Amino acid sequence: MKGLSGSRFCFYVGFVVGTLSLYLFLRQVWFERSMELPVLGGIQGSSVAAVAEEKQASDSDNWSVEGAALINLNHPHHTGEDSRVADELYQKVRILCWVMTGPSNLQTKARHVKATWSRHCNVVVFMSSVDDPDFPTVGLGTGEGRDQLYWKTIRAFHYALEHHGNDADWFLKADDDTFVVVDNLRWVLSNHTPEEPLYFGKRFKPYAKQGYMSGGAGYVLSKEALRRFVEGFKTKVCTHTTSVEDLALGQCLEKMGVLAMDSRDTLQRETFHPFVPEHHLTGKFSKSFWYWNYCYYPIVEGPQCCSDLAVSFHYVDAELMYTLEYWTYHLRAYGYRHRYRPPLPQGLVERLAQTERATVGTAGRGTIPAGIIVVGGGNQSKMEAVSYKGAPRGGKIPMDNNRTAVTQESQQ
Amino acid sequence: MIPKKKKKPEVPGGCKSNSKLATLRHIGKFGIRHLLRQEWKLKEGRKGILCQLQSFCVLLTNMLSEGSSFMKGIALGGTFCLLLTLLGSFTPGMQSSPEDHHHHHHIKAPTKDELQSLSDPQMVEMSQRVRVYCVIMVQPSVLGYWSTAKDTWGKHCDHAVFYSSESAKALEAVDLNEKDEWAKLRKALKHAYDNAGDLRWFFVARPTTFAIIENLKYLVLAKDPNEPFYIGHAMKSGELEYVEYQSGIVLSYEALKRLVNVFKDEEKCPEQGRALWKLSEEKQLALCLKYTGVFAENGEDTQGKGLFNSKSVSSLIQDSMSKKNLDVVEGCCSDLAITFSGMSPNQMQVMMFGVYRLRPYGHNFHDSLIFLPPEGSDND
Repeated sequence: MKGLSGSRFCFYVGFVVGTLSLYLFLRQVWFERSMELPVLGGIQGSSVAAVAEEKQASDSDNWSVEGAALINLNHPHHTGEDSRVADELYQKVRILCWVMTGPSNLQTKARHVKATWSRHCNVVVFMSSVDDPDFPTVGLGTGEGRDQLYWKTIRAFHYALEHHGNDADWFLKADDDTFVVVDNLRWVLSNHTPEEPLYFGKRFKPYAKQGYMSGGAGYVLSKEALRRFVEGFKTKVCTHTTSVEDLALGQCLEKMGVLAMDSRDTLQRETFHPFVPEHHLTGKFSKSFWYWNYCYYPIVEGPQCCSDLAVSFHYVDAELMYTLEYWTYHLRAYGYRHRYRPPLPQGLVERLAQTERATVGTAGRGTIPAGIIVVGGGNQSKMEAVSYKGAPRGGKIPMDNNRTAVTQESQQ
Repeated sequence: MIPKKKKKPEVPGGCKSNSKLATLRHIGKFGIRHLLRQEWKLKEGRKGILCQLQSFCVLLTNMLSEGSSFMKGIALGGTFCLLLTLLGSFTPGMQSSPEDHHHHHHIKAPTKDELQSLSDPQMVEMSQRVRVYCVIMVQPSVLGYWSTAKDTWGKHCDHAVFYSSESAKALEAVDLNEKDEWAKLRKALKHAYDNAGDLRWFFVARPTTFAIIENLKYLVLAKDPNEPFYIGHAMKSGELEYVEYQSGIVLSYEALKRLVNVFKDEEKCPEQGRALWKLSEEKQLALCLKYTGVFAENGEDTQGKGLFNSKSVSSLIQDSMSKKNLDVVEGCCSDLAITFSGMSPNQMQVMMFGVYRLRPYGHNFHDSLIFLPPEGSDND
């Protein structure tokens, strides 16, 4: 060390700077460095890649393109699930979904509809103003914009009846920002016949005596209703009155004797929803909001706003599309017995009884198949699990809904 | 090169050969730093690193004695800091053996076949054993999350207890009267162990996490709680494998028992934490457990997808979309995921709908257990 105070000072400053900088550096690099275990990364990577490949291969087996329509050959299935009831409904309640879109929305919105819920329709057609053979979309020969909505709707329904009248029994209209749980729509429609002139959706009351269905939340016409709609235009009973598509259609159908139906579930909870789930479940609609005056049925706020078997939501962006698909078809609570377990639709009970093993899990009438153990839910202090191994193979153990399979002693 | 050496530091015997030292002398100062970094990345024993660093220090001082005092200061300061760290965190009993590096710690959920092969009395016994005590660490500043956790996923725990740093008038909690996170966690875990009753699985989380307890029960269904288990989203920090707090921590009864015992040992598991800086409580926990022979394990489903997530569903979907996966949903998350995090209280209410209610009609899973919904609740 040289004796000069200047250099000594420099030395001490340098010492401090060195300590501090290395401290920070170490903290950054050494102790705070978190790496995922390499094994985990490997497995996750390979399983994702494998599934992606599988999907690519199976896509061509599942869809046949006929003109601008995608005909669904196989109902999408999940590994490990028993979807006999859903498959029966798929055969019995055939739905053609047509999605209102436009050239500028194909890659930003319609693409996600194609990748998610529309795969569960029997037939799906994307309606645009312009033909696009690659997507594929149908060109309706209109312009784009809000004022063209009713023109598009009129032409789309005409196209559907003309080209696919025999491929489906029910005809659903949805926007490219609507999410539809098609299996639940089949449940709503299952106790009705397409030969009756009926139409379902989120029912609004103003301007039409029997009400009309919200366009954004999606609505469904029976085959007879569709025939009458087309007939109405042929006979000039119906014309293009306004560009407010949902109201205009409702008024036309009313004139043609089509009935606006109640699509709520057996607990009077709405199934078609004009907003996103978060808005319905947690939002409070201000009393001056138009919605209060429009809803045909009383609005319920909070969790009971929406049926477990919800059919549609609106204003759904791309991210929410996939999120909803994940919540509906993928994510579940293992073994959870749902509170709402409506009985099977009439026609299905007989058809399923005829098949070999008629064990129906959550859709049953409170019966529990053999070999299942029931455990009390949370907050129970004690429980006994009861086994039903003694039941005959394939047999059902009838239970009335009042008695649960588990005896519980609740804590004082 | 003949440096003006005032002191002649010794190179520890047997550390480096002189030839290597000679070549290194010719590399510039930044080259040394780069080399140092390279050295640190190598996974050698601590003693080896210590050795090499000491020899580098010698080199540095030799080289820089010709430079300004400032530079000398920096170099010495850095070395000093390094030495302190190493001494501070060097633990004699924790030599990692080569086997540990290859031992993959992950826990997989049982497959359908595995469950069906079990006899009925076994299934009954297992379903009675798999009951969860939820340790939820709250504080008044997160009152919104606290009340939401109580109103949503907390109801599905067999026993949910809220542990708070201080009492809040609005909601009930065990008041720990403690500000330090690690101290809070210790007290809470001790309390949970003392009040476990006949519950044998413990889930530790903050109310900003959302948990699906039924899926947790499914994961540990076939595991014996009298064996030590420490499960969650396993992460690695240097040599330490720990479970990430934000995605929830699962402890078996045996693991908690060992933990409570090692709490008494101030040497191995001090209340104030070790090293120059404070380690986060998740790492403190991992260290203490490591002393008792309990290692972090990653919870995965039968396909190897992680079950514990520190992000929300939307965030994971966004990630999957930006990776341009062919099947966005498949590439996102597991069907039987246990935790998500980073959601607002409102979004947690929506999760309840998404997990417990929203489903497509006509699809049934004949699961081997059935969990009944909790009483007095309408959002699930």
